[in-house]
Amino acid sequence: MNARAGIDVAIVGGGIVGCACARAATRAGLRVAVFEAQRIGAGATAAGMGHLVTIDDDPAEFALARLSMRLWREWSGWESIERVGTGTLWLAETAAQRDAAHAKLARLSAAGLQADWLGPDALRSAEPRLARDLAGALRVAGDEVAFGPELAARLAADVRAGGGRIEEMAPVAALGDDGLLLADGTRVAAGHVLLAAGCDSVRLWPAGSPLTLRPRKGQLAITDRYPGYLRHALVELGYIAAAHGDDDESVAFNAQPRASGQVLLGSSRSYADATPEVDAALLARMVRRAQRFLPAVGELQMLRCWAGFRPATPDGRPIIGRIPGGGRGNQWVATGHEGLGLTTATGTASVWLDLLLGRSPEIDAAPYAPERFAEAAA
Amino acid sequence: VNDVITVTVDGCRVDVRAGTLVAAAVEIAAPGRGARVSPGGARRQPLCGMGVCGECRVAIAGHPHRLGCQTLCIAGMEILTDD
Repeated sequence: MNARAGIDVAIVGGGIVGCACARAATRAGLRVAVFEAQRIGAGATAAGMGHLVTIDDDPAEFALARLSMRLWREWSGWESIERVGTGTLWLAETAAQRDAAHAKLARLSAAGLQADWLGPDALRSAEPRLARDLAGALRVAGDEVAFGPELAARLAADVRAGGGRIEEMAPVAALGDDGLLLADGTRVAAGHVLLAAGCDSVRLWPAGSPLTLRPRKGQLAITDRYPGYLRHALVELGYIAAAHGDDDESVAFNAQPRASGQVLLGSSRSYADATPEVDAALLARMVRRAQRFLPAVGELQMLRCWAGFRPATPDGRPIIGRIPGGGRGNQWVATGHEGLGLTTATGTASVWLDLLLGRSPEIDAAPYAPERFAEAAA
Repeated sequence: VNDVITVTVDGCRVDVRAGTLVAAAVEIAAPGRGARVSPGGARRQPLCGMGVCGECRVAIAGHPHRLGCQTLCIAGMEILTDD
């Protein structure tokens, strides 16, 4: 990197991905500045559930999630963040889902992850408030529940401590060959630019770029404090089908105990709705779905519900690498994590930084390459 | 003579007049104890008296987060502060 330039890497976006990349680059000795349009961790990072979950359905996703979980645990801040190490119960309603869970168990076990199958009786004692007619659950140890804005803020604090800059309320107007242009007209000179602005990235990548991202709306509800109400993060096995499906609108049960004792209830996915407001009818569907798994959940007092937008790619994988046709080859992108940005932020940062520095990433970066969209279009 | 009922507050029996609010019964049983405890560990006291502020929350008959200022005592009711 150029030692005389003020900034080696200007990062657009101070969400979990931008902050993780900024921290990794700072640690590597690069001078970093982050430009966040609102506040650190205010976008999808704040709207999401905070489930750090090792999704294994796609080998590339699995590799990135495993690398990321290892890096999260190696992070100096890991022991002092708000965190519930509950593990995940993947709930099976049907015999077919039970069989799918066993296949998942075999995959996870083969990869050295700690997981086991709970039959109906074992499930009842592990999570007494669940419906009695479930076929069982796959229990995956090692998954965590954390608070996205706190993670982003802590990573940003590491960047500042390492001499990097974090600029809030600093929207970016355009990327350039030698840095970027802020909305207030300020030009920022930088050797490289990294676009990590989630759904807002679309506005900034080069005209005619094959990169593809769609906002996928989701909404969540949180209850008052009921300590001990749940002991695990709960997800229905049908969640994967809903998440990977291309339906305009879908609902899948997902519930988590928070460190505060509150219960977080999800989830929904919608491509069709671009409005930021909570869709009450969809919220009602989410609650009914929750009642299928937690029959008494209606007795809990709901405090708040909200909606946000996941940056979703056509193949469900994030986009990490050099932007085709961007600048002088010095424009990079790290976005498109849909609902897994918190889980895979650290691995994303590692892969991106290795590519930037001309090193070989720890995992194969090809599945995340921006070029794949151009190939698909050709 | 039928207008006195007995409830328990944190396990201690207390006689109150029928029609007494749960928040009042808590104050009679344990003056100054208040109701819930905040996430920061602070004891909270009923404030608005009209079911809006949520500071009077107690557990009633095993149900957490009930509004003490909006609930009348029933004979035998079990009330827990530190909700």
